[in-house]
Amino acid sequence: MNQQSLTVTGKERYRSGVMEYRKMGYWEPDYVPKDTDIIALFRITPQDGVDEIEAAAAVAGESSTATWTVVWTDRLTAAEKYRAKAYRVDPVPNAPGSFFAYIAYDLDLFEPGSIANLTASIIGNVFGFKPLKALRLEDMRLPTAYVKTFQGPATGIVVERERLNCFGRPLLGATVKPKLGLSGRNYGRVVYEALKGGLDFTKDDENINSQPFMHWRDRFLYCMEAVNKAQAATGEVKGTYLNVTAGTMEDMYERAEFAAELGSCIVMIDLVIGYTAIQSMAKWARRNDMILHLHRAGHSTYTRQRIHGVSFRVIAKWMRLAGIDHIHAGTVVGKLEGDPATTRGYYDICREDHNPQKLEHGIFFDQPWASLNKMMPVASGGIHAGQMHQLLDHLGEDVVLQFGGGTIGHPMGIQAGATANRVALEAMIMARNEGRDYLHEGPEILAKAAQSCSPLKAALETWGNVAFNYESTDAPDFAPVASVSM
Amino acid sequence: MRVTQGCFSYLPDLTDDQIKAQVQYCLDKGWAVNIEFTDDPHPRNTYWEMWGLPMYDLKDPAGVMMELSQCRRVYGERYIRMSGFDAGHGWESVRISFMVNRPKVEPGFRLERQEAKGRQQRYVTHAYATDRPEGERYGS
Repeated sequence: MNQQSLTVTGKERYRSGVMEYRKMGYWEPDYVPKDTDIIALFRITPQDGVDEIEAAAAVAGESSTATWTVVWTDRLTAAEKYRAKAYRVDPVPNAPGSFFAYIAYDLDLFEPGSIANLTASIIGNVFGFKPLKALRLEDMRLPTAYVKTFQGPATGIVVERERLNCFGRPLLGATVKPKLGLSGRNYGRVVYEALKGGLDFTKDDENINSQPFMHWRDRFLYCMEAVNKAQAATGEVKGTYLNVTAGTMEDMYERAEFAAELGSCIVMIDLVIGYTAIQSMAKWARRNDMILHLHRAGHSTYTRQRIHGVSFRVIAKWMRLAGIDHIHAGTVVGKLEGDPATTRGYYDICREDHNPQKLEHGIFFDQPWASLNKMMPVASGGIHAGQMHQLLDHLGEDVVLQFGGGTIGHPMGIQAGATANRVALEAMIMARNEGRDYLHEGPEILAKAAQSCSPLKAALETWGNVAFNYESTDAPDFAPVASVSM
Repeated sequence: MRVTQGCFSYLPDLTDDQIKAQVQYCLDKGWAVNIEFTDDPHPRNTYWEMWGLPMYDLKDPAGVMMELSQCRRVYGERYIRMSGFDAGHGWESVRISFMVNRPKVEPGFRLERQEAKGRQQRYVTHAYATDRPEGERYGS
């Protein structure tokens, strides 16, 4: 289907009036992307009667230099260089009417080190474009030259582990529940019990900011009392993600400064604060030796449906550039959306220095990370101790496992809930390292560990059989056997 | 109290066979195994004393176990930890760390508070053991 270039050249190209995008130089099937080009892969679903090549060219045009009509002022620029070029259009397997369009952008189209600038082009105008029924940004190839213009994660997995003195096992966390309504004093109680019981972290939820029931300063003060008390009780470094999300940048800086003054090792922000605010906080975090946790609040509004929006793998890439240390990336087995293969792709984007193309995980491009720090994925939402073998198998070792309900809802109390999770985790890591087939022997390994740990026994009795099995709305388009060359 | 630093502190103390299996895991990964000891278990005491150099290029965990038993003979009343170090690019740090010895009695930590501005507290985590000079903190 990849037809010839239709680009009109010379005087004809600049005759006033409307010209199809594919004739204006936005469809170049012979174009070979340069190593320094940014490549975007869009899933396009044209309106009935709109040709997919024209649709792809239109996306290229509208996300780079074009407007709806020919303008002579193009001739004041090196226009051929600045035009994004759709160079390949493939049908999406098993999805009639949808196509994958590959579009290459010259590096000079983008300001160095600015996610806001990148996204203003790539997802700025095109998503509302009338000739398309739907549009989704599936993946991006970010060249080394561009990656190197970003700070990257403020702390990174390795230094985070060094600061926490915690190696060889996933970190454990819990979100304080109920997420709204607790007073500062009661909130700190939950933090203390969970940390003393064996968790490394507790976490504010995304919508805990500064409400009538709990002013942010009150929360910070009580939480740091809890953190320090738990450290003294266990001899371990502990932390609690203090959410500094607020209405203005000035408020966020004020809250973050206070967290630093109190000796917190970590602060937290929500994705809804926006890309520029996130980059600002990442720079602040690096200046202040702070780990920066991101809750991906709001992402499902545009990541979940395969037909329209932005894939989470792209958001994960942007966040690694932007400088986040922790990012919620799915649990596979928990209560929130997450196909195993797709989730694996997200985790690889967070943690690897190089992502090879892997269509069965939804990774369309080789992606170099050029020694940018690694980002710690966080698994949170409906997970419990009885799933420890599956969690370790799906998610690996460099991850924060967050058991909110699975800690706080424990029948013997919060400390017992935390201990159950920690014992289950340590038993599973030990078994894995001993070379056991822990995935299949998991229930057995947990049952044995529970013999000397009554909290774990109670946890398994309470939640042992809880599972969330629903069909995924965002699975990869390619089965493992598919081979599609770049 | 029980200092719960390291990978397996919530499980019963490891037997020598269990330690050996973890050492084998490190060697299979190509990591150097390091033995360190201390009588100051403060959570932010990063630099424990090294029992010799990290052990590179070993094939058999027996060598590590021999070093551990010698270390225990001299410092059996202190905390001893074992760690696996990965020199691979992009990591170049510790990959696993776990306790292999601890004092019979662990007195733990006192949390000191100093009232500061507003309602702020300045916290100090103080190991009771460090009230005594190094080497005299846990019995021997």
